[in-house]
Amino acid sequence: MTTLTQARPMAGPAGPSRPRRRPGGARRFFARLPVRLLVIVIVAVEILPMIWMLLSSFKTQNEFVTGSVWALPATWDFGNYIEAWVTGDFASNVRNSILATVPALFFLLLFGVAAGFALEVMVWKGRSTILLMFVAGIMIPGQMLLVPLFITYFNLGLTQTIWPLILTYIAMGLPLTVFMMAAYFRAIPREVFEAATIDGAGMIRSFWMIGLPMISNAILTIGLVQFFSIWNDLLVALTFVTNRDLATIQVGLLNFSGEYGAMQYGPLFAAICLNVFGTLAVFLFLSKKIMAGMASGALKG
Amino acid sequence: MRDVLGDRKAIVILLAPALAFYTLIKLVPILWSLGLTFFDGNVLRGYEPVGFDNFTRLVNDSVFWEATAFTLKYALVATVLQVAAGYLLAILYVFVLRKGSALLRTIVFFPVILPTVAVGVLFKRLFGIHPTPGPVNSIIEAFGGQSLDWFASGDTSFLVLILMDVWRSMGFFAVLLYAGLVDIPEEVIESARMDGAKGARLIRHIVLPLSLPVLLSAVVFAVNSTLKVFDSILAITNGGPGTETQPLTLYMYRTVFTYNEYGYGSTLALALTVIAFLVTIVIFRSARKDITADKAAR
Repeated sequence: MTTLTQARPMAGPAGPSRPRRRPGGARRFFARLPVRLLVIVIVAVEILPMIWMLLSSFKTQNEFVTGSVWALPATWDFGNYIEAWVTGDFASNVRNSILATVPALFFLLLFGVAAGFALEVMVWKGRSTILLMFVAGIMIPGQMLLVPLFITYFNLGLTQTIWPLILTYIAMGLPLTVFMMAAYFRAIPREVFEAATIDGAGMIRSFWMIGLPMISNAILTIGLVQFFSIWNDLLVALTFVTNRDLATIQVGLLNFSGEYGAMQYGPLFAAICLNVFGTLAVFLFLSKKIMAGMASGALKG
Repeated sequence: MRDVLGDRKAIVILLAPALAFYTLIKLVPILWSLGLTFFDGNVLRGYEPVGFDNFTRLVNDSVFWEATAFTLKYALVATVLQVAAGYLLAILYVFVLRKGSALLRTIVFFPVILPTVAVGVLFKRLFGIHPTPGPVNSIIEAFGGQSLDWFASGDTSFLVLILMDVWRSMGFFAVLLYAGLVDIPEEVIESARMDGAKGARLIRHIVLPLSLPVLLSAVVFAVNSTLKVFDSILAITNGGPGTETQPLTLYMYRTVFTYNEYGYGSTLALALTVIAFLVTIVIFRSARKDITADKAAR
């Protein structure tokens, strides 16, 4: 789970590298004590709410009303989870989220990388103007798009389908994706593509055979950033899909907490847990990439 | 060679899909939205041109000013606390824990990727009072205090919203600023240490000036995301009590989708965009002044 390994110790004159054992260990231990306590407090602040949430997801309604807030659940059965999954329609929310996210992410990355390639590797007049036009879109808040897009989707009869989500996510993700991809292509020496040209490859072939593989790492990075922003989106999903059967996880959770969860605490906590620990699973596998990607996305954006 | 690198057909094939999506689903709607600010009506009732009525209404709309004030207050407080917490964490990572900070960085970062709605609903329960006092209230009671109905007043609701936002995003700013701090050349730190700079003095006079550029990006990023706060407020307070925690985004959303006023909603969206631009410009301007002033002082 190590991250960003370029971190170097900022060693002062005191010691270039820390020896394993040194005399005065007890003194050293007490000198480090405030730092250790601080770290423990930080970890507790981050983790305790989640532990409490997990414990609560196993409690019965009776335990919520009469028991202490800190008490452990009396039994460890998955009744609340089944309740959330079935009554809360969580299963169909998950399906809708996947149906919207996967195609949107795929086409967003494909179009974004291709455009980045055309704008950075290829040589033609006006490319910097178009790149600037894409980049300018980063600053525009999504609220500017809501009304016209809603009118359009409504008139086309798309508000009863998942299509508005896919289309909007692609368009909204493009500015940052195109910009980042152009930046990554800029870092590849031009000679690589010139050599391919001399060997007789056309540009489309160069793109598939050389361009794409060379920035596959960057694609994964920006793909993760975009995945989370699409998966966690509320505004677009809430606005453009008026059919409750097509609600995504976020919209479903909002509705759930407003109506059903206001009375039934156990299933509500189970629904939050499913949300949080599902994301945690993805994060634990890819934490290094996610952290690096979000940071570079913010710096360049 | 030039012919191939400038192959028109290939350019069109590669660029056209992205450009088409971007133009149709982003640029055209932006222009359309600008046009709608001169109309009144909605998709069912039809539209009528009203000239600058929406703008005069905006100026005289006390709810708009209330929402703007809340948005700015929220953005200011949340930005300062997020970036400050992130910076302190980054300093802890780089100068105190050094290489041992990897695990802590990961743990503190985790909430960043959680869905805001889920975190919002969770915080609503953490600070809740029904059916039994939530954990926060029960801690207050354990110390002899009185359980507080956090969501009964605008001020305490505001506090919960800010706490949630800082809890959620400080790990992100910590990693962002960490990357900036790691980039400071080792020699600079070392020579400052030789000159006797230590602890707070080292941070104040060497580290802080050198990390100003990355701090600036963090501030711009934080402001732009907090000005658009929406998900968490919808999940925690829904703008209440009354409209005391209603940001511009939520007011705009309700104007359009609850009251079906598309023209005025577009005007509110434009106001939000203008505010975001203005705030960003102000930050850049004042920051440039700061950075040059600092250079002159040295």
